[in-house]
Amino acid sequence: MKIKGKAWKYGRNVDTDVIIPGRYCHLSEPEDIAPHCLEDLDAEFAGKVKKGDVIVAEDNFGCGSSRELAPLAIKSCGVGAVIASSFARIFYRNSINVGLPIFECEEAVAGTEAGDEIEVEPGTGAIRNLTKGTSFQARGFPPFIQDIINAGGLMNYVVSRLGGAGRSQG
Amino acid sequence: MPGKMTISEKILARHAGLDEVTVGQIVNAKVDWVLANELSGVLAIQELHKAGIEKLFDPDRIILVPDHFTPNKDIKAAELAAVFREFARTHNVTNYFEIGRMGIEHVLIPEEGLIAPGELIIGGDSHTCTYGALGAFATGVGSTDVAAGFAIGEVWLRVPPSIKVVLGGKLKGWASAKDVVLTMIGELGVDGAVYRSLEFAGDGLAHLGMSDRLTIANMAIEAGAKTGVFPADRVTEEYLKGRVSRKWRAEPPDEGAHYERTLKLDLSAIEPVVAKPALPENVAPARDLRDVKIDQALIGACTNGRLEDLRVAAKVLAGRKVHPSVRVIVLPGSQRVYKQALEEGIIGALIDAQCAVSTPTCGACVGGHMGVLAKGEVCVSTTNRNFVGRMGHPESKVYLAGPAVAAASAVLGRIGTPEEVVG
Repeated sequence: MKIKGKAWKYGRNVDTDVIIPGRYCHLSEPEDIAPHCLEDLDAEFAGKVKKGDVIVAEDNFGCGSSRELAPLAIKSCGVGAVIASSFARIFYRNSINVGLPIFECEEAVAGTEAGDEIEVEPGTGAIRNLTKGTSFQARGFPPFIQDIINAGGLMNYVVSRLGGAGRSQG
Repeated sequence: MPGKMTISEKILARHAGLDEVTVGQIVNAKVDWVLANELSGVLAIQELHKAGIEKLFDPDRIILVPDHFTPNKDIKAAELAAVFREFARTHNVTNYFEIGRMGIEHVLIPEEGLIAPGELIIGGDSHTCTYGALGAFATGVGSTDVAAGFAIGEVWLRVPPSIKVVLGGKLKGWASAKDVVLTMIGELGVDGAVYRSLEFAGDGLAHLGMSDRLTIANMAIEAGAKTGVFPADRVTEEYLKGRVSRKWRAEPPDEGAHYERTLKLDLSAIEPVVAKPALPENVAPARDLRDVKIDQALIGACTNGRLEDLRVAAKVLAGRKVHPSVRVIVLPGSQRVYKQALEEGIIGALIDAQCAVSTPTCGACVGGHMGVLAKGEVCVSTTNRNFVGRMGHPESKVYLAGPAVAAASAVLGRIGTPEEVVG
């Protein structure tokens, strides 16, 4: 299924403290964290973001804390995907583990302005800027990571590894 | 014969049951320890519940430390801590550390003798990389990775390229390990080591004690690194005496191992520095920032909350008073550090200087509690992050520094150097 929405454009080193500030990290329900997503970077974001919108950012997106609430907050807001020139490594893992679609594509970042209409094909990493009529290809995932994505996240992989041992009945 | 490998490659190969690994390869590795705090831990516990997993791979290999919003800052935090505690009890987790018996995880865990060289550790906290100081491969992960680690005792890791950081010479005057790591981050940038491992080497290591190494490894993540690892040597062995009795196997780097690049730092040329808001790479000499007035100074936390750090702070503050317009919060890293500091007269000296001394907690560093900043306020802090809103209001500002500069600034009411106070 294609992801389609408006681009929210940010710069380099968007850290997890601005994605979801520490003061909200004792919350865990999606509806509690979503209103605070990116509030210290862009106070308008959480109120105006629409389902399917895409965050487009420069290098090192998600640097800092290991809080999994960061990709969860973005997902809770309805964001369809994050496209960045590069991701900080813990955020990268966490996004794959929680099922937030992420794509590394420097060219797409350079070729996108805030408000552009963006379309992404998650299966192939094909990115289109519908406003500008341009197309880009995101970097592919290593096969092992693609397997985790296809399995629907890391816990499904773990459950299949355990094969019933250690699991509760029913 | 396997190829020449770095410390990180050797540890990953051994834990993956392989003779050899190469950069970029993804391995499934067995972990020696999985750790979590109450924030990362409770999300991990929820993941286990959702997946219907009731059995942990090994309750003796799990470390749980409620340190972020504890002592409980409010009812929600109290409920998180309660779920965390209940999980530890239900599963008979050996290394659960309750309030009064705990510390800030990255100060407490090495101190308790839980980490040994050559081990592989994942933790639901980005500063898990601290244990690289002991010659271990330790890296931060999120809650789902922690849940997977709890369940199967394994983690997938991409073998990182390594950057060699050669430390030469010896620190002079008031320059400290914090100044070394801030200077390094200033040179590498906050994304200079993303997906990479930093490996420390050089004759300067002989002059860096374990406390210094823990401070440096703690901030490897601030350059984006997966870990920052020191070779185990006599300093390491000395530290492990009386702490670790089990067998361990250090993994020295092979002669001729491949490093993507080498960064050289002359320790004797390093001076007290400060990282300006809002990135740890914005490094400038402390002497150049004398016009920055401060409202608060924070001394302690996982970066600088060890006894050695508090000694330095007391050297500057003893017999003096905190500036009338400044609040000082001292966060000893563990109960043991707190008690030793008390016995050495450090706590008394800090209280006489009008510092507030807190029980160990991460609260202030993450803008949770115990020292949250108001709009427009400025804090000099020995913590590791100065991002927008990190310690409170998005319009508050954090300047990162070592204990000597933080203590001197507390006396001066503005950023300054220890020489200005002590002479």
